[in-house]
Amino acid sequence: MLFQVIWFILWGVLWAVYFMLDGFDLGAGILQRFLGKTDTERRLVINTIGPVWDGNEVWLLTAGGATFAAFPTTYALMFSYLYTPLLIILFALILRGVSFEFRGKFESRTWRNLWDLAIFVGSFVPTLLFGVAFGNIFQGLPMDAAGYHGNLFYLLNPYGLLTGLFFVLLFVEHGALWLTIKTDGPVSERAARLAKGAWGFLLVVAVAFLAYSYFATNLYANYLQHVFLFIIPLLAVAALLGIIFFIRKERHLAAFWSSCVTILAVTFTGVTGLYPNLIPSSLDPAYSLTIFNSSSSAYTLKIMTVVALIFVPVVIGYQIWTYSTFRHKIRESDITESGESY
Amino acid sequence: MDAVILSRLQFAITTMFHFIFVPITLGLSLLVAYMETRYVRTGDEMYLRMTKFWGKLFLINFALGIVTGITLEFQFGMNWARYSKYVGDIFGAPLAIEATVAFFLESTFLGFWIFGWNKVSKRVHALSIWLVAIASNLSALWILLANGWMQHPVGYVLRNNRAEMVDFTAVVTNPYGLLKFFHTIFAAYVVASFFVIGVSAYHILKKRHLALFKSSFRMAATFGLISSILVFAVGDFHAKEVAKTQPAKFAAMESLWETTSAAPYYLIEFPDTKNERNAVEAIRIPEMLSYLAFGSGEARVTGLKAFAPADRPPVLPVFLSFRAMLALGLLFVLLTLISFIISVRDRTEDNPFFLRLMIYAIPLPFLAAQLGWIVAEVGRQPWIVYGVLRTSDAVSKAVTAPQVLGSLVGFILLYGMLAVADIYLLAHYSRKGPEEDLSAILKSSAGREV
Repeated sequence: MLFQVIWFILWGVLWAVYFMLDGFDLGAGILQRFLGKTDTERRLVINTIGPVWDGNEVWLLTAGGATFAAFPTTYALMFSYLYTPLLIILFALILRGVSFEFRGKFESRTWRNLWDLAIFVGSFVPTLLFGVAFGNIFQGLPMDAAGYHGNLFYLLNPYGLLTGLFFVLLFVEHGALWLTIKTDGPVSERAARLAKGAWGFLLVVAVAFLAYSYFATNLYANYLQHVFLFIIPLLAVAALLGIIFFIRKERHLAAFWSSCVTILAVTFTGVTGLYPNLIPSSLDPAYSLTIFNSSSSAYTLKIMTVVALIFVPVVIGYQIWTYSTFRHKIRESDITESGESY
Repeated sequence: MDAVILSRLQFAITTMFHFIFVPITLGLSLLVAYMETRYVRTGDEMYLRMTKFWGKLFLINFALGIVTGITLEFQFGMNWARYSKYVGDIFGAPLAIEATVAFFLESTFLGFWIFGWNKVSKRVHALSIWLVAIASNLSALWILLANGWMQHPVGYVLRNNRAEMVDFTAVVTNPYGLLKFFHTIFAAYVVASFFVIGVSAYHILKKRHLALFKSSFRMAATFGLISSILVFAVGDFHAKEVAKTQPAKFAAMESLWETTSAAPYYLIEFPDTKNERNAVEAIRIPEMLSYLAFGSGEARVTGLKAFAPADRPPVLPVFLSFRAMLALGLLFVLLTLISFIISVRDRTEDNPFFLRLMIYAIPLPFLAAQLGWIVAEVGRQPWIVYGVLRTSDAVSKAVTAPQVLGSLVGFILLYGMLAVADIYLLAHYSRKGPEEDLSAILKSSAGREV
């Protein structure tokens, strides 16, 4: 019981950190073509995320691996039920991963435009589909004793799409703030303008998401039962307001931190609402996958807990060190002179 | 075709594609780390140039290794849901540990290495590529322990309709998994060595950057010679472990039909699977097979006929792959020995024919590694977990054959495209040679000397 709860929290932490970290590099990937007008500017955008995107993406693999190790039944059913959308996410991430490395290897316009397109698709599609997938998990999947009764088009229901749009706007805002603080000159200015302009849309969609969730999902049940939990969504709202507060004061670093908190709190708002389900059944709660009916044995969970408690802090430690090593702004001269860039 | 066959085909294709890039990563990371260490120790610019040149090829290859690895983790759930559900309690752990302990380290410090040239001291920079090299090899350890468990399951009980872990220590000290790990990494070092030898040979023939490429050639020849001998040595222990734990696979590898005491080894042999015997058996070495299997010429070796036909792996592909791998392995010892001798005597340029041969030899260790995986995975059939779960019972219920066909076609198209781009880039940068301007790095790292 205890270890299942620990792993549920860890599962939430892995997803939340993943969205917070890969969120800005996916956002930057979506914006790369639009904020970078020249080849150098586009390289500038890639080089802000160059040293860190790969390490960020491992949080996704670890979230996947942790689901496998701690909740194998959920892992097995979720991945086979969501076969096609996961395949699309996978293809997009593969394209994106090689794009960064391949793009700069030739001085050809066609070659670079092609990989820029791959970066856009590879960043936009996973962002949208992660949102769609989580929206559908919040709603519950149509599953019972006979298995799964949905398909890709079923997942594209209004609530799923709204959650997808919410993710896209969250990551675009996050990515725009990242680019504002990590570059200077025209890219930084454009990114700052975009962060300011996009915030209004993000607010509207966030409010719509919170309201629609009340009707489309069971997420509020835990909150109504334990009112103190409302602190999590309240924190999300406060952090979301904090973004525009700091943008107006031209304090973009603080705005970026607010955006980090927003993403963490939004993820935990969803995860807390799900408890103890990992994937609810929209047909009959008896077939919901919970942390109790889909977990590994106590022995395995215990071993995995020890591993996680030792190594996750170590990972966080050296990732912070990496971020601090690369904390400076990227300037055009950095990529034109050093040759150490994508 | 049904979903089982298609899912197997998809897993085989995506794994084999992944394993084009992995061995280069495992071996080249170590070689590049050694080169950069030489640079830090000696301050000789040639080693910096060398590090940058091989580092660039390493990175082009690394990107594909990483992204194609994600596919494998996803597929366990997507295509093999019943397998994942049945063994996730024990099989999920090494995968999750791999991500937490090794993959984070590898990915984080690779970014650090690529972008850190002007940011940290020389020593810390060299340390970062060592961390990448160690983490990639550590990553291989966890993956192969997971695979070793599928080959020879230990430390579990069957209860609650699944395999549950009861002894983690048994899983991480599984001799099968450990032998497989060493056999695989040494094979990977041979792959990387041949790559470096071949590309160096090309430039030595063109008489370009002679000092740099002769030095690279010598490093790789030494590394390759040691590794190709070790692949063989570990391979022998590994085969004995197979004979003990997977007798049906061993019988298929050697195409042995009848259970035989003091079994001879035939240098030339060809199975006749229809009539359950060998069509050709020639050049007999008495008692050799018993010796290879159990270390004793008297020992009894179990033949294929001891197993019901439904419990036997496909004999022909396993037998042929094993024989071809063995022959290639011998060839690698010979070729790296010659490479070693001519490079130590500084006679590489006098052997243009051999140099040309070594350019064409680049793909051979890749081939041997793929053949090894065919022996390991096809040889395990019809089981997905040897003796515990059949492959046909492991596939996802929710996934249909047309769905898998669609994804398989998608993989072939996407991977085909990436392979073309990758080979193009590798060939381009291999031929181009170390032509970069190093002034920026030299200026800044000299200023940051610790």
